[in-house]
Amino acid sequence: MTFLTFLTSLTSEQVVFILASILTIGAALVVVTNRNLFHAALALMASFLGVAGIYITLDAGFLAAAQLLVYIGAISILIIFAIMVTRRMMQVSESPFNSQRGLGFFVAVAGFLIVAVVILQWFGGEAFAAKPPVAPAVLSNAVAALGVSFVNPNAFALPFIVISILLLAALIGAIYIAWPRQRIDPAEDEA
Amino acid sequence: MIPLSWYLLVAALLFFIGLFGVFARRNAVAILMGVELMLNAVNINLIAFWRFRTVVNPLAPPPSGWAWAIFVLAVAAAEAAVGLALIISVYRRRDSTVVEDLDLLQH
Repeated sequence: MTFLTFLTSLTSEQVVFILASILTIGAALVVVTNRNLFHAALALMASFLGVAGIYITLDAGFLAAAQLLVYIGAISILIIFAIMVTRRMMQVSESPFNSQRGLGFFVAVAGFLIVAVVILQWFGGEAFAAKPPVAPAVLSNAVAALGVSFVNPNAFALPFIVISILLLAALIGAIYIAWPRQRIDPAEDEA
Repeated sequence: MIPLSWYLLVAALLFFIGLFGVFARRNAVAILMGVELMLNAVNINLIAFWRFRTVVNPLAPPPSGWAWAIFVLAVAAAEAAVGLALIISVYRRRDSTVVEDLDLLQH
């Protein structure tokens, strides 16, 4: 099958998925290679947007909204603030990579090839060829069911409480760590 | 009709791009960005398996894949907050965010 016939055989859902995937992967490549950290953070936001598009093709609209709010709205902005308050991080002169970039590249490519071979061998069967049909009522009721499962002791009540305490402790710890103290002399610190 | 393997391949590619970022970047903030990409890849896998398997399983609680994805989201938020606070604290003391400069424990 030529590339052109492959393109014309795509359904609209597949086109949306491929566009979202290209946005996600392309922006992720910019994130890990760009010299300018601020541009990398903006590409990170684009990558999160592509992941939200992938969620929509998986009928998980609520998670796409949560992705927009939490990742793009909160985490990306937090990273951008951290870049802006630390001086000299936006300089573009020196290499963005450390001395082990060659080994890191090899490990990443080799790992991806191994995982890709496993995926193509075990998940190419008929059972996973298409999304199984689900009653629309199940999908439209999923957000309400999610809320109920968070307070149901037989579902996710305990993990929900644990994750709440983890987030609270992490935020208090972050405030404590980043709290400004008296100026420490770097020369004294070296000794 | 999108096969499950497409989702898994995109997620694997995103994961290993993030892993390369963690291995190869010099700046601590860029390393954190790589970790965020890896967490996103995990979330894509969770939602894909939920859509292909769990949602049609009558024994599973309806949105279990969503619940775990949201837990990953909360852990990512906590990790970003603590990580960036550590970076700002280190920057105040050492005047640098390049991880190769942070070799105090080696000497």
